[in-house]
Amino acid sequence: MLTILFDGIAYGMLLFILAVGLAVTMGLMNFINLAHGAFAMVGGYITVLLMQHLGVPFLLCLPLAFLGAAALGAVLERTLYRPLYHKPHLDQVLFSIGLTFMSVASADYFIGSSQQMLQLPEWLKGRTETGEGAWMLGMGHYRLFIIAVCAALTLGLQYVLTKTRFGSRLRASVDDQRVAAGLGINVNAVFLGTFAVGSGLAGLGGALGAEVLGLDPSFPLKFMIYFLIVVAVGGTSSITGPLLAALLLGIADVAGKYYVPKLGGFIVYSVMIAILIWRPQGLFVRQGGKPR
Amino acid sequence: MNAHEILFRRGRWKPWEFALWAAALASPFLLPRHALIINEIAIVALFALSLDLILGYTGIVSLGHAAFFGMGAYAAALFAKLVTPDPLLGLAVGVTAAALLGALCSASILRGTDLTRLMVTLGVALILMELANKLDWLTGGADGLQGVVMGPLLGQFEFDLNGRTAACYSLSVLLLLFVLARRLVNSPFGATLKAIRDNRLRAMAVGISVNAHLSVVYTVAAALAGAAGSLLAQTTGFASLDVFEFHRSAEVMLVLVVGGVGWLYGGVVGAIVFKLMQDVIASITPQYWTFWIGLFLVLLVRVGRERLLRPWTWFGRGAGGGKP
Repeated sequence: MLTILFDGIAYGMLLFILAVGLAVTMGLMNFINLAHGAFAMVGGYITVLLMQHLGVPFLLCLPLAFLGAAALGAVLERTLYRPLYHKPHLDQVLFSIGLTFMSVASADYFIGSSQQMLQLPEWLKGRTETGEGAWMLGMGHYRLFIIAVCAALTLGLQYVLTKTRFGSRLRASVDDQRVAAGLGINVNAVFLGTFAVGSGLAGLGGALGAEVLGLDPSFPLKFMIYFLIVVAVGGTSSITGPLLAALLLGIADVAGKYYVPKLGGFIVYSVMIAILIWRPQGLFVRQGGKPR
Repeated sequence: MNAHEILFRRGRWKPWEFALWAAALASPFLLPRHALIINEIAIVALFALSLDLILGYTGIVSLGHAAFFGMGAYAAALFAKLVTPDPLLGLAVGVTAAALLGALCSASILRGTDLTRLMVTLGVALILMELANKLDWLTGGADGLQGVVMGPLLGQFEFDLNGRTAACYSLSVLLLLFVLARRLVNSPFGATLKAIRDNRLRAMAVGISVNAHLSVVYTVAAALAGAAGSLLAQTTGFASLDVFEFHRSAEVMLVLVVGGVGWLYGGVVGAIVFKLMQDVIASITPQYWTFWIGLFLVLLVRVGRERLLRPWTWFGRGAGGGKP
């Protein structure tokens, strides 16, 4: 039972890293971006291809995946996304679906439709077991590694958001874009930076998750709903909300699949709908932001 | 001129509409070799028409409209397999099942932001797909529901491999439901819906019960989508998990946007353009045609529908001026 909890936490942390960029960009620009998973897929493919063809060590691949996805995010933000910020949501949805379809088909064309395997280094394989009976805790080393990395990133993000000048600019822009711009904050630059970092984090998450979630060209479509659940349930006004939502989702999903495999994703989707009908703005809403 | 007359004038049938429908109904006889694709176009047009009722006339962005389409398809297929193979009864069952589901789900789209609605509609479609996948004793699971044999239409016309009966059947149902939808949006009820779409707060202030109107139109739209799904299951004799897939909801949105949102013929025009385009692209690159669809979507949004469909405006005044 503890093992399931542990795996669920690892999965949830991974989902959080994947989705946090989406939460911030959606909160900041009110832009519905369904193509977020494409950046995660890019990160995953960078890692897998570098390791398979060039023999780059795993630990070096992770920052490269981050940088690759971030660069792509910055370019796309500047060229394609920015003109759409003030368009209706229907346009944004269509645009990002189109982008997702294109990324899926291109990955299929250039890399092939088969599932990619990630060769983990030796020191990340294996498992440690403690306790006994119902309280036995089996920790896969790789999942431990994921939790450690994601926890460090979360603390880092929290620090940047609450303690640095960039963080306060970002929070001001999320709360009220016009007033922030009036106070001399360059909202466009803040958003470009945030979008790039968010895409980079998705790429890093994709690289970390290639072994756990599986990596094939349909990745952006398969996990789109999960990212959106994290954002919609967690709310977009802080990063604590998405974190808790991601952990909840991860644990519920792993436990659901273990105890009642017959039902599959059924439980997760039903709970999501129930929560959204109960609290349409998400579970964790901070008072005082601009109403939307 | 009072409001009554305006509504009447807008609801009057124009000559070109008669011509269009006459041509549509004659097409299976004039182009017997293309009856199958005519059938598909009619089904997609009906599906897009139903989405238009909620997207175009009330402004609800739904990413899970395939839920009702699939519900109609499975209900009609199961009814034909387990009860009786009569097509019209099956159609009625499919429509009723989808309408019930729509009435149930309409409670979920009344609150919240666009994002919330997007998630809820998407979630409903995913739940139904999971159900159809897991209830394999009933639905055949991932293999799809096979062995659906339809009886002759009205006891006379057999469904054949050429698809002429199927095309005539689908076109007739499309025409019938189109007339109903046209009547609906040109009625005072339709005018009220537009008021809600344009400004919900103001509509509430003049005494329109917004939630009741939205629920009714959502149910009607679900019923129409169910009819489209039933037609697909009946004319192909097959229902698979594919009917609930996300790409189906996305495609129908594309169809509608190509043809024009908030205009009932938008669905019909979009279906013709989209199906022919899909046919051409899929015959060139069968595996990667989603790329071109995606590219088309991106261009459509970036360039703007108005300008993309009117090439003569590309080089005129204001082109490249970044006019919103």
